[in-house]
Amino acid sequence: MTIHPRGRIVRGAAVAGTLALTLTACGGGEGTDDGGGAGAGDGGTVDTAAVLEEGGSLTVWAWEPTLEQVVEDFEAEYPNVDIELANVGTGNDQYTALQNAIAAGSGVPDVAQIEYFAVPQFAIGEALTDLTQFGAGELEETFSPGPWGSVQQGEAIVGLPMDSGPMALFYNQDVFEAAGVEVPTTWDEYLEAARAIHAHDPNAYITNDIGDAGFTTSMIWQAGGQPYQVDGTDVTVDFTDEGSARFAEMWQTLIDEDLLAPTVGWSDEWYQGMSNGTIASLTIGAWMPANLESGVPSGAGSWRVADMPQWEEGEMATSENGGSSLTVPEASEKKELAYAFIEYANVGDGVQTRLDGGAFPATTAELGSEEFLNVEFDYFGGQKVNEVLSRSAENVVEGWQYLPFQVYANSVFNDTAGQAYVGDTTLAEGLADWQEATVTYGSDQGFTMAE
Amino acid sequence: MATALRPARPTAGTPRRTGRGYSVDRPRRSPLLTVLTGIVLIYSLVPLVWLFVNSTKTQESLFNSFGLWFSGEFALWDNIATTLTYDGGVFVRWLGNTLLYVVVGAGGATLLAILGGYALAKFTFPGKRAVFAVVIGAVAVPGTALAVPTFLMFSQMGITNTPWSVIIPSLISPFGLYLMWTFAAEAIPTELMEAARVDGASEWRTFWQISLPLLAPGIVTVLLFTMVATWNNYFLPLIMLRDPDWYPLTLGLNAWNAQAATAGGEAIFHLVITASLLTILPLIAAFLLLQRYWQSGLAAGSVKE
Repeated sequence: MTIHPRGRIVRGAAVAGTLALTLTACGGGEGTDDGGGAGAGDGGTVDTAAVLEEGGSLTVWAWEPTLEQVVEDFEAEYPNVDIELANVGTGNDQYTALQNAIAAGSGVPDVAQIEYFAVPQFAIGEALTDLTQFGAGELEETFSPGPWGSVQQGEAIVGLPMDSGPMALFYNQDVFEAAGVEVPTTWDEYLEAARAIHAHDPNAYITNDIGDAGFTTSMIWQAGGQPYQVDGTDVTVDFTDEGSARFAEMWQTLIDEDLLAPTVGWSDEWYQGMSNGTIASLTIGAWMPANLESGVPSGAGSWRVADMPQWEEGEMATSENGGSSLTVPEASEKKELAYAFIEYANVGDGVQTRLDGGAFPATTAELGSEEFLNVEFDYFGGQKVNEVLSRSAENVVEGWQYLPFQVYANSVFNDTAGQAYVGDTTLAEGLADWQEATVTYGSDQGFTMAE
Repeated sequence: MATALRPARPTAGTPRRTGRGYSVDRPRRSPLLTVLTGIVLIYSLVPLVWLFVNSTKTQESLFNSFGLWFSGEFALWDNIATTLTYDGGVFVRWLGNTLLYVVVGAGGATLLAILGGYALAKFTFPGKRAVFAVVIGAVAVPGTALAVPTFLMFSQMGITNTPWSVIIPSLISPFGLYLMWTFAAEAIPTELMEAARVDGASEWRTFWQISLPLLAPGIVTVLLFTMVATWNNYFLPLIMLRDPDWYPLTLGLNAWNAQAATAGGEAIFHLVITASLLTILPLIAAFLLLQRYWQSGLAAGSVKE
């Protein structure tokens, strides 16, 4: 029962169309710099209290649902500040809107939510304010390493991490038990489990995948691959490294043996598959519990969380999947006030508000607190889920980088690597195609590309 | 007498046989054609049936039941009530916005098309051929291609993110103008206008009292076209609008749908489906009410009377 299997291709085209427009325009924006950041040039911390007391209005573009409550609380605490929270679209839609506004030079918000994979794209166009001038440089210990690394661009801090998505294995215990399968701890065992589940019930699959750029890069990340090397405008793309090959080989076996449900992630069929047990597990980011609770209510009591399967038995290496930051666009004229808000939302009282709303934190204090770790999730049969997710956050493999045009690259994933799921090519060949398309695009945009 | 020369009119009881053995009164039956028509009919109706059936389900039974038949409790009324009140009743706001865009945008587009089409069909003036070329050219340019340039232009004028940014582009309908033009040329005999002028009617009065009534079927046709186009418009508001309070239904529904694809977002497929049903009802009503005029409009000029 298809309504809208997310319009990836259409949306991708829209992004690609506006991107060319924007990358040039971002550069042009430099001249009209600043004005808002005045008085903070000494690198010291801004007097947040005074800024908040003076007040003003802020436009915030974000789709993250728990922010609504954060904004309400914030306005109650600082009555002089008026925040207009607008959901201008999720993910790519918002990036298109943001790029359009930056290109047009008007209507740019004071705060924008940007996912980690898209941060470099806006940062390299110098569309984002460097927050070290407000004292953000001192927050390194505050955030877990994965998200913190994602908002760092060279010396600059271009956003504050809002949430994080350390990966774990979410699985339907009932389906696993019915098939007589143990929870896999390595990817070899995962492969065995996939075979057993599908053999037990031909309609059931261990997971779904018809080609998802975010998942693929996260998996390569965990496998130790570093296909993207970015140094300023010098970019290297290489999907032939060991980590990428490791993932491609294992996942190819799943594709070849038809062990993956041909369902688009986040579609209604996807929720349906998890609801009726035909999608038995997901290796996905730590924010998933809230989506399971609201989207798969009938799965309550059946689902559990386990560590992400490992490449070598006994190891513990994970990666990030999703997660986003709050940034202050360079074109904002109220940067100090904007920073005061994102500090409240991502470091201050907003963190607890968002935790209560089911979000997964990026702050080490929360990740390590007994209160957080000991929460028993009724949905997961009373399991202390956060223990698993927190452990994952600590073990994220370091050194991963995204492209400065990852939004575009992801939009052409299905035309290249994604063909391995539907056509005759292999995943390794598909990744090579993806690499080629990425390098061509990067060169066209003026990056110095190497393979 | 002229009547005597005409062949006897065939009566209902004895249909006149043509060489191939069928006529309008007694159509030839073709099983193949019937089956093909039937397939097309089902193909067009199934999505509607699906939409209605699934509007009656809860989110839970939506996932666990067969898509084309009812299941579980009959939740249509609950779903409608929730749709209208969810997120502070924002659906009603979107419905109001869409109506505004349709009334002002499509209504205005129709008005402009009538005036322009009439003038082009019934008056001669220098540069008419150039206007013709521009209009025909404009029909060929997809609105989507103009959306981004329009955005940049409107942005400089400072009217993006306001209802005007959706209404003003909607006012332009080259195809509507072209349709009105051809229709006016056919439907209004020039002799009639000359007669009115001879009788001393002003140009305004000729237009208002003689021409406009003759144009009615064409007007309804153009109105329906522009209405549907504005009601369904997605890309233009997507580019122009940032404030969810000004969203039309198309953008609003997409935002609701996208909610399920968001980390921590609430999946509300049952509301998206119910809202979709509510969204198409006004269009269905408009078609049923205006169908008569519309049909006669399409057939105008096809028979020499």
